[in-house]
Amino acid sequence: MSGFRSREDKIFTTVGHIVMIILSVLAIAPFILLVSGSFTENDAAIRYGYQFWPKVFSLEAYEYIAVQWQQIGRAYLMTIFVTVIGTVLALLIVSLLAYGLSKRDVPGMKILTLLIVFTMLFNGGVVASYMVYTNIFHIKDTIWALIFPNLLMNAFSVILVKNYMQSSIPGELMEAAEIDGAGQFSVLFKIVLPLSKPILATIGLLAAVAYWNDWTNGLYYITDSNLYTIQLLLNEMNNNIQFLTSSAASLASGISTSDIPSASIRMAIAVVAILPIIVAYPFFQKYFAKGITMGAVKG
Amino acid sequence: MSRSAVRKEKTAALKVRKRFRWKKAVPIYLMVLPGVIYFLINNYLPMAGITIAFRKINYRDGIFNSPFCGLENFEFLFQSGNIQVAIRNTLLYNVAFIIIGTVFPIAVAILFNEIRGKLSQKIYQTAILLPYLMSMVVVSYLVFAFISADNGFINKSILEPLTGESVAFYQEKAYWPFILIFVNQWKGIGFSMILYFSSIIGISPDYYEAAKVDGATKWQQIRYITLPMLKPTVITMFILSVSKIFYSDFGLFYQVPRNSGTLYEVTQTVDTFVYNALMNQNNIAMSSAASVMQAIIGFILVVAANAVIRKTSEENALF
Repeated sequence: MSGFRSREDKIFTTVGHIVMIILSVLAIAPFILLVSGSFTENDAAIRYGYQFWPKVFSLEAYEYIAVQWQQIGRAYLMTIFVTVIGTVLALLIVSLLAYGLSKRDVPGMKILTLLIVFTMLFNGGVVASYMVYTNIFHIKDTIWALIFPNLLMNAFSVILVKNYMQSSIPGELMEAAEIDGAGQFSVLFKIVLPLSKPILATIGLLAAVAYWNDWTNGLYYITDSNLYTIQLLLNEMNNNIQFLTSSAASLASGISTSDIPSASIRMAIAVVAILPIIVAYPFFQKYFAKGITMGAVKG
Repeated sequence: MSRSAVRKEKTAALKVRKRFRWKKAVPIYLMVLPGVIYFLINNYLPMAGITIAFRKINYRDGIFNSPFCGLENFEFLFQSGNIQVAIRNTLLYNVAFIIIGTVFPIAVAILFNEIRGKLSQKIYQTAILLPYLMSMVVVSYLVFAFISADNGFINKSILEPLTGESVAFYQEKAYWPFILIFVNQWKGIGFSMILYFSSIIGISPDYYEAAKVDGATKWQQIRYITLPMLKPTVITMFILSVSKIFYSDFGLFYQVPRNSGTLYEVTQTVDTFVYNALMNQNNIAMSSAASVMQAIIGFILVVAANAVIRKTSEENALF
């Protein structure tokens, strides 16, 4: 039965290919327009608009980025710093918490799990959160504002890791180690975490992308342009393309407003911002797909 | 043995057991401590901060100690007028997103399942999941490259050569419902397609084999096997979306229309309303009332939605 494919099967397969090709082109095309725009000479971009192939090829936008690297590179480093620190911290405290919660016989862990699940159902709202962070913790214009609020941990990933530890790691293994005299910390770090690699990879990857892409924390908490990440720089340029030249660094290097290749530089900085994700993505794609399907199991 | 001796022995045994338990429990408590502190700060303190919406804020007493004023802030919120538009937009966009975001990805997932060949499946999946990984700021740049009045592709390469006129998209309300729905689908299709696809490949091939033996056509297999088997996933996703119907994707409605004031009538949602009231107008009373209203209605809807899931398919219930 299985080798046999009817005419009908073939029609469905063909239609499937056609639809998927159309959708793939639609998904990719905007990125081509973006990249092409970044390599277009500024005057050509203004006269003919952005096109899928540069009408007049030019590297001036990237040369400009190189000149302005002091500012753009700083934002880039800030993004990398926040992403690395945030992801490592997130993985660490999520693993610790999830392992603790997986010990159902320890008094208090069941109620703690319920309290953490409750945060998925109810929250104080953006304003209350903003007031707590700015008035009690004075997080405004500090690097913690980019790491702490909302991104560090969420109930969903904690529960996911906890369930994984409960279902996929044999209890006898942990018990044997405990009988051999291993403390809870060495059980966690030497036995449980190495066996939890698949789930940690998925959670870590989702956290890293969330940090790399975040601009809302910056929008609420950051006004100091020294703390801008690359996403915040893009956001600021949306409001004000002159932003790049208004900084002290560019005034010192003698660049005036009229010199900015404003049409192509927009696109070039966006290209620089997405480049790491585009490059790394094909290698990590299967973990993303896995993350989505895990989400499908529990909401 | 006397009674007291037995009791003594029992308490001693209990102590040993207890000490053993505590020896194990203390490191566990240490481990959960950082995470617990985080949830306290990030989630539970703001819940207490809800009282802000019921206070008449003055800076002498401080935000958390200003006197209570009942529902005054909420009355003010609804009298000022704009929130009604924001609520209407939030609801209407969500209805559109739910309908399109269910029908379209399921159709695509079914077709995707018909494609044989792991490599082509992988290529397609990689391509259509890419937009999902982009931040909304970057998406707003991509949209800008198409619809900018001065150098957008649509104006310069399509409309001007054909009609001689250009459209100022960022000033024209009429286009935005379509643009926002399109962008939302463009960004989300990969995610929801994979989600439904993973349910489809979970269906046992035996059903299809049996149907083929009985001479069922492809359409009949989809109609009588695939779709019914997808029903639990669809219902769960549907109810979850309904429970979030008062929330909107802040990035989509803030970044993509570039927070353009002339478009507010069709782009303002509760989330952008809260942001603008708090950060641009510095109006704590109005923004806190709006965000608390959203949180409370959201909570009621989640609980109600879960009750419905419990009735229809208990194993999918959240709690």
